[in-house]
Amino acid sequence: MPLSNVEAGRKVYIVAVGAGQGLQGRLAAMGLVPGVQVNVVLNSPRGPFIVSVKGSRIILGRGMARKIIVV
Amino acid sequence: MRPKIVVALAGNPNSGKTTIFNNLTGARQHVGNYPGVTVERKEGHREYDGHEILFVDLPGTYSLTAYSAEELVARNFIIDEKPDVVVNIIDSSNLERNLYLAVSLMETGVPLVLAFNMSDEARARGYEFDLEKFSRFFDAPVVRTVGHKGEGMDELLEKIIFVVSNEKDRRNTHFVNYGNELEEEIGKIMLLLEEEPLLAEKYGARWLAVKLLENDRDVREKVTSHAIRKQLEKSYSHLESILGERPEIVIASNRYGYISGACQEAVHSTVEVLHTISDKIDAVITNRVLGIPIFLGLMYLVFYLTFTLGEPSTGWIESSFKWLGDNVGALWPEGSKSLLKSLLVDGIIGGAGGVIVFLPNILLLFFAIAILEDSGYMARAAFIMDRFMHKIGLHGKSFMPMLIGFGCSVPAIMATRMLENKRDRLVTMLVVPLMSCGARLPIYALIIPAFFPKAWNAPMLWIIYVIGVLLAVASAKVLRSTIFKGESVPFVMELPPYRMPTFRGVITHMWQRGWLYMKKAGTVILGISIILWAMTTFPGLPEGAAERFEKEKQAIGASEAGSEEKREKVTSIENAMTEASLSTSIAGRVGHAIEPVLRPMGFDWKIGTALIGAFAAKEVFVAQLGIVYSIGKEADEGSSALRDKLRANYTPLAAFCIMLFCLVSAPCMATVAITRRESNSWRWALFQLAGLTLLAWVLTVIVFQAGRLFGIGI
Repeated sequence: MPLSNVEAGRKVYIVAVGAGQGLQGRLAAMGLVPGVQVNVVLNSPRGPFIVSVKGSRIILGRGMARKIIVV
Repeated sequence: MRPKIVVALAGNPNSGKTTIFNNLTGARQHVGNYPGVTVERKEGHREYDGHEILFVDLPGTYSLTAYSAEELVARNFIIDEKPDVVVNIIDSSNLERNLYLAVSLMETGVPLVLAFNMSDEARARGYEFDLEKFSRFFDAPVVRTVGHKGEGMDELLEKIIFVVSNEKDRRNTHFVNYGNELEEEIGKIMLLLEEEPLLAEKYGARWLAVKLLENDRDVREKVTSHAIRKQLEKSYSHLESILGERPEIVIASNRYGYISGACQEAVHSTVEVLHTISDKIDAVITNRVLGIPIFLGLMYLVFYLTFTLGEPSTGWIESSFKWLGDNVGALWPEGSKSLLKSLLVDGIIGGAGGVIVFLPNILLLFFAIAILEDSGYMARAAFIMDRFMHKIGLHGKSFMPMLIGFGCSVPAIMATRMLENKRDRLVTMLVVPLMSCGARLPIYALIIPAFFPKAWNAPMLWIIYVIGVLLAVASAKVLRSTIFKGESVPFVMELPPYRMPTFRGVITHMWQRGWLYMKKAGTVILGISIILWAMTTFPGLPEGAAERFEKEKQAIGASEAGSEEKREKVTSIENAMTEASLSTSIAGRVGHAIEPVLRPMGFDWKIGTALIGAFAAKEVFVAQLGIVYSIGKEADEGSSALRDKLRANYTPLAAFCIMLFCLVSAPCMATVAITRRESNSWRWALFQLAGLTLLAWVLTVIVFQAGRLFGIGI
């Protein structure tokens, strides 16, 4: 399912990142790569989307969060 | 001379790199730009244990791919300029992510020292590190530091010297194992790279092979060999099919795997790691309901701090320059027409004053920005504004410079440095002058009461400001869908935990940027003021005219009128003289010459001449109008004599057109100079100048002609 559907407080694993190539590289450098565990910190409807990955906080646009597939 | 050791400081954004750089080098710093890109290059010196060390502060990056200008600059520096040591500053409270850069650096084969910074925070969060083990994993000494307390600096310097004096051939000693499939293809490409000894020698064959498989555009361009390109294509698609994933993603995953392995062995965590406090603050600050009011409140504070607290010192600077001008002027006998005096007083002192007068505002502004940045709020603010700014094709961070633009375009354009994406930055820079700045206020304050009924004064001013904002929004949208076409960067940003900014850090940030403004923009602005001075001074009055005025003055002196009356008459002759000399000066002639262009907007040559003055600084427009209407130089926006003259000469429609033109047209020369500096090219500065002037002309002509056609305001 897309990362944007995950409720706050849940821990999920990234399966795929469907971004353009350059952006994918950037996301990878920030730690968002398949196989990594992410913790959804904040997911309020239409508000910010914050995840915690490898100990750092990353804020994502909702559109971006929809493109990250997790289980 | 002893050989100089070159040390590069690398690290993630928010890793505390700049603080360490400041600790190591103190005040002995030099700030410049990397050639061709708007990336700051900071250098500083330090002597330690008989060694002269040059520190270069590389831009903050997450990796060494060619994703952004910063990363490319950092990588090129390490590879092309081959520093003796690279010190990687690591936020050890956020270890795994920060070590990604360390792995990338290790792969380049450069001698490395790791600084585990913010180790106090890491300890507070319950991390314990086995530095010995880390040192073995990364083949580099590891030092524990606390940047803002200055801890660990001596040890860091010691290790740097140690690494330099024990340098060995480190190539291929340590590398990440990427798994059988990838290693096989890396091997194939490395074999072919042996045919390119020059490239392989410079970059290292393995590093090149990995970067090629990572699809790094910059490296791909460097490799021209047909055989290698063919093999690369084959390897890439082969890997993609068997791994089911683009190779660059697998490579990144493997690097993280390497880091995870290292951390599992060398990190001992005693408590559950949480950003708890930051998360609680974020729930409020990025909240949909509260976020925007909090943001607007803080922006108001920044605005207030910059332009209200700056006021007294601005006034103080103005009066001390006036004092200086008066005293220098007093060196000549009263009434002297010495050119040198005029150049010194009006040209140089006046011009320098015009530059330095911005300084309090700029320093205060950068002080406020440094606090917002260092505390971690800026990342949140960018997110809050992103939704709106995205609609007009800009980034969330563009909001800040546009807001500052209401005060002064110069610091506003400098503030566009916050934007990482070059496209966003240029668009923001180009539209900032449309936000009506403080220097344009005197023009409106002069004209509005002269032509419009009192009840209309405030709404009129408001209308002018709104026109500016709407034009800025529209221009940004147009630019973004024409010259700066391209998908806008989706919003992804790291949220650093909130931190208490340190006084020293904030002051250093403020000072560095302020000094840059003084040095670079100052020289250009001063040069242009001297040119403008010459334009309004030369060629001076024709022989006959000057004599005639002198005679008239003498006649009054000899007459029998009272002294009060005499003084008035002399002043009026002097004013007429200034008017006559301005009319024959180059600026006056240019004003006459461009009259045909100004006519369709309802302007005459007098307005034209005043507009030339306005290019030096917008507020000069009012003083210049005073001169052409013989009111004297001291005319200000409150002058009722000038208002009467204006009312007699122009219609309300023409008056509105003057304001409209001043709002949109040619940004002042300080803005042009700073745009040139910040965009690193005259092209953009001139594009901005020409584009805005053309836009102003077209708009004003339309308004004036339409107004005349429908009989409004004539």
